[in-house]
Amino acid sequence: MATIWLFGDDVDTDQIVPGRYAPYMNSEAELAKYPFIEARPEFAQEVQPGDIIVAGTNFGCGSSREYAPRALTAVGVAAIIAPSFARIFYRNALNLGLRLFEIDIRDQVADRRQVELDLARPALLVDGQWIELPSPPGWLREAWDEGGIIQYYLKHGRLPLEEDA
Amino acid sequence: MSNEALTLSEQILSHAMGRPVRAGDLVIVEVDRCMSHDSLTPEVIDSFRNELKAERVYDPDRIAIMIDHVAPAASVATADAQVLVRQWAREQGIRQFYDVGYGVCHVVMIEEGLVSPGEIAFGTDSHANAYGAVGAFGTGVGSRDMALTMATGRNWLRVPETIRVDVRGRFRPGVVPKDLSLYLCGLLGLDGARYQTVEFHGLDWLDLDGRETLCSMTTELGAKAGIIPPTGPAAAGWDVPEWLVVQEGAAYARTIVVDLDELTPQVARPYATDNVAPIAEVGEVPVDMVFIGTCTNGRLSDLQAAARILDGQHVAPHVRLLVIPASHRILAEATADGTLATLLAAGATLGTPGCGPCIGRHMGVIGAGEVCLSTGNRNFRGRMGSPDGRVYLASAETAAVTALAGVITDPTGL
Repeated sequence: MATIWLFGDDVDTDQIVPGRYAPYMNSEAELAKYPFIEARPEFAQEVQPGDIIVAGTNFGCGSSREYAPRALTAVGVAAIIAPSFARIFYRNALNLGLRLFEIDIRDQVADRRQVELDLARPALLVDGQWIELPSPPGWLREAWDEGGIIQYYLKHGRLPLEEDA
Repeated sequence: MSNEALTLSEQILSHAMGRPVRAGDLVIVEVDRCMSHDSLTPEVIDSFRNELKAERVYDPDRIAIMIDHVAPAASVATADAQVLVRQWAREQGIRQFYDVGYGVCHVVMIEEGLVSPGEIAFGTDSHANAYGAVGAFGTGVGSRDMALTMATGRNWLRVPETIRVDVRGRFRPGVVPKDLSLYLCGLLGLDGARYQTVEFHGLDWLDLDGRETLCSMTTELGAKAGIIPPTGPAAAGWDVPEWLVVQEGAAYARTIVVDLDELTPQVARPYATDNVAPIAEVGEVPVDMVFIGTCTNGRLSDLQAAARILDGQHVAPHVRLLVIPASHRILAEATADGTLATLLAAGATLGTPGCGPCIGRHMGVIGAGEVCLSTGNRNFRGRMGSPDGRVYLASAETAAVTALAGVITDPTGL
């Protein structure tokens, strides 16, 4: 089972990891202590590997800081489900293999609800009902499944779209 | 008959691809310019070396490294990270290395001519949209994207749709490009241009400083890029490729018309850049600090505008006025023309050219309960220091009159 952590619209990267908690300012080893350190201090203390963030529109807006999604992977967040994501956050999450699903399910879950995530399907089991989660277009999903764009490049020796070139 | 006309973004990406591409296409492009700063470069290096096992960057002369986010180093941790960045840049033969004090990365990129019209430029910074000021396609990426780009010279993009902003008229006295940017933030919201380009028209008369403000602030709309056609007096002498011209009939996702004659000074209130109102409507907001600086509004024209307002006067009691010129060149010019002396006489204090407290790390962060009026670009909770501090965003003109009055003040009321 996984726990849902519910957030609102426009969750910005300064909320996810404020600039002064960057690895540059402290150390890489401490990053897992900092997700939502000010916006929601109990998150980093209580989140468990496999937990899921459900949020509103434009999740991850703001800075290019990759350490924002990386702080979420550092504590084991398995997926983020939101109607839309800010563009750099989306790229960074892809590059880290952090799964994002673009769908609004805020009305179907509650904060701290226990659910089950089936990444292969992909779908979310809430109160005995499966909610199908939309997959990104072909190569994006493939890159995601392989752990990110860099892992994809290392495995295939080329970038995703270059197979068609 | 199909419409052949392309937006500026489509033109730049089509040129890079050697074939016409359209909004929505996924493409792999060769990246003309890479900019990476001290805040993310240590992570870029880690990924480049340890994940990609790369040895050499694709072309050291297409890469610029800047030390601006914590400059000079504020701690042993940041000093150590900067040692790593300097060593790596040397090892890679990157000559476009701008150390502590040169200034904010985007401003230096444009000042030094490191990005040109029609180029594709990636920066490890969301405000890389600023390069649209010279007619380039500038966009922000994270550290792994940058590592991959530095190693291979290429990366993927989705060709963005474009929002066209048709600007009519001229700014009234005391109203400036920052007010237009904030107005658009209020109008469109934090994700109003998500995955899209914002293309400005009707601004041939606008100077480069104003173009930089407008393009960099498109980031706050969620835009992938912001771009102004490289035409008009500001573009005189630029090497504009002949294929980069506004094409009548290009397809825009939407068109917004703004009449500058109607525009009034705007302010973004805590804690979002789209929480915008005309200053006349914000009521009496006392400030503890006024910050004039950043890639958005720390240029010479901003300092000069503030100096004209502050000339012969002194900032209000209990108000700190922090001025951080966006670059060393701007600092030198402001020193030479007397701007700096005027600001100092009015009670300003000075920081090293760079990002200053904009990211809340050093050199003037605010404490709990404090209010700052900043000429920067972001006011999310905790952005500039304490999560219990409050940041308002406005122009340098508004900043200067606010510093004098001690409360947020409309500069057109003078």
